[in-house]
Amino acid sequence: MKTFTFEVLVTLKDGLSDPQGKAVESALPSLGWTNVHHVRVGKHIKLDVDAEDETTALEQVRGMAVRLLSNPVIEDYQVLEVSPK
Amino acid sequence: MTGAVPRVGVVTFPGSLDDGDALRAIEQMGGHAVSLWHGERDLRAVDAVILPGGFSYGDYLRCGAIARFAPVMEPVMAFAERGGPVLGICNGFQVLCEAGLLPGAMIRNRSLRFVCRDVWLRVETAQSCITDGLTPGETIEIPIKHGEGQWIATPEQLADVERDMLVVFRYASRTGIVDEAQNPNGAVNNVAGIRNAAGNVVGLMPHPEHAVDPDVGPTGGQPLFASLLHMAMAGVIG
Repeated sequence: MKTFTFEVLVTLKDGLSDPQGKAVESALPSLGWTNVHHVRVGKHIKLDVDAEDETTALEQVRGMAVRLLSNPVIEDYQVLEVSPK
Repeated sequence: MTGAVPRVGVVTFPGSLDDGDALRAIEQMGGHAVSLWHGERDLRAVDAVILPGGFSYGDYLRCGAIARFAPVMEPVMAFAERGGPVLGICNGFQVLCEAGLLPGAMIRNRSLRFVCRDVWLRVETAQSCITDGLTPGETIEIPIKHGEGQWIATPEQLADVERDMLVVFRYASRTGIVDEAQNPNGAVNNVAGIRNAAGNVVGLMPHPEHAVDPDVGPTGGQPLFASLLHMAMAGVIG
């Protein structure tokens, strides 16, 4: 059994209004950054999974992403990184 | 089993806030209120179920995302599938969406502000467990209090919801005008509450349990609880 580390990135689907992103976007010009557009705020979830091999672990993380970590109605997910320990 | 008075269960999740008011509203409207615990797979022979408002499991990850997998949700979902009346209020509405019992999802209010005030709702259909006896087009006043109440759906879901007349309430003026000025959170098409196709499952962001006592505010919640008790009774008789 090995331990694999994953990062799951959860973002609101393109086209959906992102009130948090808009708030950040409207705050940046007051700090001098007037050249920023399309700010989107998402979630970053890091987790360790014990599994026989990377393929099994990845499959499980994808299952977690679909069932719990993201809501497919409003969000997309990406499994970002795999690093065996 | 059940007597002449319908038994209405209210689930308490860790972080539920409005379970107490919901239990009280049921008793005040003539029902028998039953406390249900999130960790138990037992509905205690109730005739209707309410998922109350609050911040279940701290609303971590997404509102309702963790509560949706609570042990009590297994019998709640089976009860809903058998046609039992299930009402989700605010956080309860979010739980029902996360559970897939109702379409769509909730995101943060367009304003990013927590909104807490009385609003007017236009009744869109009488074919639901909380609008039986009401007339489409009439308006009722009850409070909202939420930070993540902007209901949205995929274009396909929204088309289905409108085609099948699944919208139960829309934010409106006192006279029933539905427009952006009356929209407190940016919900698509001013949706404040929706039902499933059968009408036995309803979710809404406003709080009818805070609007049954004339001593403390508007009483627009009374007809909704009267309807729920009536539908629960139908289950008792049926």
